[in-house]
Amino acid sequence: MSNSTLTGAAQAAAQPKLYDCRIAYAQTLEAMAAGDARVCAVINDSLSSANLKNFKALYPQRFVNVGIAEQNMVGVGCGLANGGMVPYVCGAACFLTGRAMEQVKVDLAYSKSNVRLCGMSPGMAYGQLGPTHHSIEDQAWTRILPNMAVIVPCDPIETAAVMRYSLEHQGPMYLRIARMPVPQLLPADYKYQFGKAVVMREGNDVTIATNGVLVCRALEAADRLAARGIQARVLNISTLKPLDTEAILDAARTTRGIVSAEEGLAAGGLGGAIAEVLALHHPAPMRILGLPDVFAPTGNIEFLLNHFRLNADGMEAAALELVQ
Amino acid sequence: MNDSGKDETLVTPQIDTLRYQANWIRLSAMTMTHRARLGHTGGDLSASDILAVLYLGGILNIDPTRPQWPIRDRFILSKGHCSAAFYSVLAKRGFFPESQLRTHMEPLSMLNGHPDRNKLPGVEANTGPLGHGLPIAVGAALASRMRGESWRAFVLTGDGELQEGSNWEAAMTAQHYNLDNLTVIVDRNRIQQGDFTENTQRMEPLAERWRAFGFAVVELDGHDHAALLERFDNLPVEPGKPTCIIANTIKGKGVSFAENKPAWHHGVPTREQLDAAQAELGVEVNW
Repeated sequence: MSNSTLTGAAQAAAQPKLYDCRIAYAQTLEAMAAGDARVCAVINDSLSSANLKNFKALYPQRFVNVGIAEQNMVGVGCGLANGGMVPYVCGAACFLTGRAMEQVKVDLAYSKSNVRLCGMSPGMAYGQLGPTHHSIEDQAWTRILPNMAVIVPCDPIETAAVMRYSLEHQGPMYLRIARMPVPQLLPADYKYQFGKAVVMREGNDVTIATNGVLVCRALEAADRLAARGIQARVLNISTLKPLDTEAILDAARTTRGIVSAEEGLAAGGLGGAIAEVLALHHPAPMRILGLPDVFAPTGNIEFLLNHFRLNADGMEAAALELVQ
Repeated sequence: MNDSGKDETLVTPQIDTLRYQANWIRLSAMTMTHRARLGHTGGDLSASDILAVLYLGGILNIDPTRPQWPIRDRFILSKGHCSAAFYSVLAKRGFFPESQLRTHMEPLSMLNGHPDRNKLPGVEANTGPLGHGLPIAVGAALASRMRGESWRAFVLTGDGELQEGSNWEAAMTAQHYNLDNLTVIVDRNRIQQGDFTENTQRMEPLAERWRAFGFAVVELDGHDHAALLERFDNLPVEPGKPTCIIANTIKGKGVSFAENKPAWHHGVPTREQLDAAQAELGVEVNW
């Protein structure tokens, strides 16, 4: 396998201190700006939700607040990149993608602009605020755009590593930056590899493929499965696009099926991407966990993840279906 | 009298040349539209004088041998559907051979129906959907300032295009950041695809709207080369403010049967109409 193997990750998650990945993202962005005069930030009034108060204080000349105007925000990012800057365009994922989708398509993806979209608080992180503020479509919308890289880090270590990588990437990127606190799952010296799935846990009975805030839950599911004598491989598909097809096909060949789980709609996103690969190259049993064709009811994020069984219970049950 | 209604004695050799070149852009664009059987004749013709003055009148600080020169002025054609006129002026300025204009809209051509910056040197932004150019130009103007450089951003918009709200979002940003290195040129030809702008969604009082959004606004005859040159040579209009030039134009300008007719928004000239246009424009296209 071409993937890095990380042992002990589940143990690290056992008694977790929890982290808001927006802190790692903002601190890394500040450090990058210190070392590279091209780094700048664009926000849509989202000073606190994008956690950029400190960036603004440190680099006021490289900080642009366009106000509540996402279409303009993405276009401004495109122009900044044309002018030789490396803009990080940051806003709540639901508005950044949904409101500005044509600008994301034309100004960034089609134009191959070196713009980094930072979708803050994605998925159902805004919980009780409701479906207007949920970003359950963004993985599907962004991954189908040619030239667009889509990255969903699982913890603060990976968030920082992805941010550092983004400075050298050529072309547009969409980064999903979690608000929901997650444990540290990866070692401090973790090196992010663009386009490579991360094997969080080895196993040859069944595979759980997920990303973002669900990775820690997948590891919990794997622990429970291990107690039943079932060894689950846990793949962290932090790079949703380009998808690591080699890791997917290896999982299809060497385990008895793949459970995908995503904090978003089951259609079109991570599960859909995996299913496309399997259908064409190696048909294999799958379970796709995500929101069915519905908007979420009222509830906080923990409630909603449990409601849709995007938790260890749901992943364990789906994995059992595949091995039994 | 020349075509801007001014006394012939005021016409300098440069103005005379620009007038010829603008008409060459017109005929070139119409020829491309005739060949492709697809295009936007009316808007090509209303914008030709503006494009000629910017690119061939020495206004834009650009170098066709170095299309990615970092400190070049940025020109963004927000009304991307007028690509035939745009490609014609880029070729005339030397970004690529005029013979390439023959490939317009042909399979696998670099000359897409709407401009693609990754295919064609001289194109700064992929435009076509309306309301994209001004936000991009605002970003470019901000980049120039962040880098401590003095290059400028120009954007040419249609008038019907200003119905897209993204323009006004960007206008607010231009004002807020006092972007006096940004110039918006509105091709005010008063016709959009379906009808006259004022029958569709009233644009007036357009100058007052731009002023209210913090721009220094100038209105001029968008077919008067001397007036365009004089204005572009003296930017910004007001230090500390972005500039908006409302260029009053005639859709289909220069070709009498196409002038001021909504049907020529995307009218395609026949062979006979092309010949008639050539006779009226008094130029030759030999690519």
